[in-house]
Amino acid sequence: MDQFEVKVFIRLRPSVLDPAGEAIKSASSKLGVAGIKSLRIGKMIEVKIESNEEDIKEKIDLLCDRLFANTVIEDYEYSINKL
Amino acid sequence: MASFTVGIVVFPGSNCDRDVSWALEGCLDIKTKFLWHESSDLNDVDSIVLPGGFSYGDYLRCGAIARFSPLINSLHDFVKSGRRVLGICNGFQILTESGFLPGALVANKNLNFICDDVDLNVITSKGGWFQKSNETQNIKLPIAHGEGRYHCDQDTLKKLTDNDLIALKYKTNPNGSTSDIAGITNEKGNVLGLMPHPERACDESIGGIDGLYTLRSLITQ
Repeated sequence: MDQFEVKVFIRLRPSVLDPAGEAIKSASSKLGVAGIKSLRIGKMIEVKIESNEEDIKEKIDLLCDRLFANTVIEDYEYSINKL
Repeated sequence: MASFTVGIVVFPGSNCDRDVSWALEGCLDIKTKFLWHESSDLNDVDSIVLPGGFSYGDYLRCGAIARFSPLINSLHDFVKSGRRVLGICNGFQILTESGFLPGALVANKNLNFICDDVDLNVITSKGGWFQKSNETQNIKLPIAHGEGRYHCDQDTLKKLTDNDLIALKYKTNPNGSTSDIAGITNEKGNVLGLMPHPERACDESIGGIDGLYTLRSLITQ
């Protein structure tokens, strides 16, 4: 068994309106930062997991598809780092 | 009908379970039974309500963790048997997260928690959840949600429309829902999910009785 650190990034699909992102975009412009064309909020989940190397991708896919993301409204991607 | 029992599911964070029980027992004389979410025995209830609230604190997404409870696992066979399931507000969110109903509920377009009475058009008679009428039926029910914007893709919307699965539409869209949708049913019609709260509209003294018919329809076979 090996130890892995996984970072999962979850984003609202482009077709789903992100009103919270719009609010932050508006606040950003009040800081005087011009030129922000788009700002959308996502989530990042960090997982430390013990697994065989051959199973790790399958386990993370299962977690992402069934729990971390709702694929009706969200896309996900992840990076796996062996510790 | 006296032996008919409606099961009301209680998750950690449910907060409309007692309201539903009060409406069913006090206003309609229908027997209820609270079902803790860890129970998987649904044999002694005839229909089920997933009430509103904040199951598991809405952690991750509304309804995302509740779907893994033993009770929701048992709900698949319950629904297949044709018995009726009503998901109200957080209950609707759980039904979409669990795949009983298509689409998802996301944050309201204006980001406000909206607590208000809304006018609704009844769209479908599928499942008999609403009074039959030849004219377009309008009802008024309370809403109370921060994440009630129904979202689905265009293919799903077409399927909902073509198969007459849209139960309720807002007359004035409060939250940015796709196609003004406030509630939908499954294809069989025995599962209804809606954001408005029928249990809060069961007595004239609290502002209306337009929710009575939907709750009473839980005891139709």
